[in-house]
Amino acid sequence: MSSESNPIAALVWTFGLMSLFAVGGANSAIPEMHRAAVDVHHWLTDKQFADVFAISQLSPGPNVLIVTLIGYSVAGVAGALAATVAMCGPTALLAYYVSRFLDRSREARWPAIIQAALVPLSIGLMAASGLIVAQTSDQSWIAVLITIAAAALAFATRINPLWMLLAGGLLGFAGVV
Amino acid sequence: MPPESPPVATPAPDASAPSPPHQPGLFELFLAFAKMSLAGFGGVLVWARRSIVEQHHWMTPEEFNETFALCHFLPGPNIVNLSVVFGARFRGVAGGLAAFAGLVGPPMVIATVLAALYARYGDIDILRRTLAGVACAAVGLLFAVVLKMMMPLLKRRDVTGLVILSAVFVAIGLIRWPLQIVLLVAIPLSIATTVLARRMVKA
Repeated sequence: MSSESNPIAALVWTFGLMSLFAVGGANSAIPEMHRAAVDVHHWLTDKQFADVFAISQLSPGPNVLIVTLIGYSVAGVAGALAATVAMCGPTALLAYYVSRFLDRSREARWPAIIQAALVPLSIGLMAASGLIVAQTSDQSWIAVLITIAAAALAFATRINPLWMLLAGGLLGFAGVV
Repeated sequence: MPPESPPVATPAPDASAPSPPHQPGLFELFLAFAKMSLAGFGGVLVWARRSIVEQHHWMTPEEFNETFALCHFLPGPNIVNLSVVFGARFRGVAGGLAAFAGLVGPPMVIATVLAALYARYGDIDILRRTLAGVACAAVGLLFAVVLKMMMPLLKRRDVTGLVILSAVFVAIGLIRWPLQIVLLVAIPLSIATTVLARRMVKA
């Protein structure tokens, strides 16, 4: 347990606020999470944070689940639940109202134009984050080959991509990567 | 390892290419998002697009692009936003909640169990090595999705869109300019060119 009087309230406040400023998804909020969890509240040590990050990447589901793990290490299951709801709730509500507004004004000119204009930006950003992740994950020729093979297979065939993740995992387990 | 997952509802066999979208029910929404979430090692976007566009045909590639782009630029986790927006579009508030619960609920249980195991055993070196391999494949899957999302632009020969896309990629991915500054320039630019392009089509 942390030294704070009410760790649940601290979790809800920290992540609820963070979620509204996390533009670009959970992964772009990682540095801020590190600052809050390690430097400000001392919920985790540096090494624990690195491990929690690894676990969140390893477990299936949205990357935002790192807050579940931080919450769990602060206050058990209640902490995990509180942190997750705090991180997802406010922006989900915002997204709901924005999309309802856009749906209602679907015939209107500006919402349609803005939405169409955001598409190339969004795809360009995805490509950029792919590159940035690849630069950390692909440290060897074999790693680069696995990435290229997975991309080609997923693009050109209808093979279930789970097999590619499994193959990558096995090669990593065997120490080949 | 889960086996090759069959689609929850196969598209109607008589459906020709531009068929009217099938309206998913609440449980169907929950199940679809739970499935894509549980398959989503290293990101759910890959699986969300596969499920929504390719398996269930709930959205066209263009609709998916526009909905995802919106969720991408709202604050908060993209895929969480997408689940709520998508569910709400078909079934209102209850639909949004069902999709959200499917996306976050099951993996939350798994992550909590993993965290408990970690708290007890602590040493995750083998996991980390395996993860390194999974990550290599996962980033490949991400590139494949990016290519697929580009297809509507390529088909339309949307040159300005592709130029903006590449410029954002270079500025953020290669030069590593700060996101805020790039968006501050790119968003107005993209809106302006979209307006111009639509005017030219009308003229």
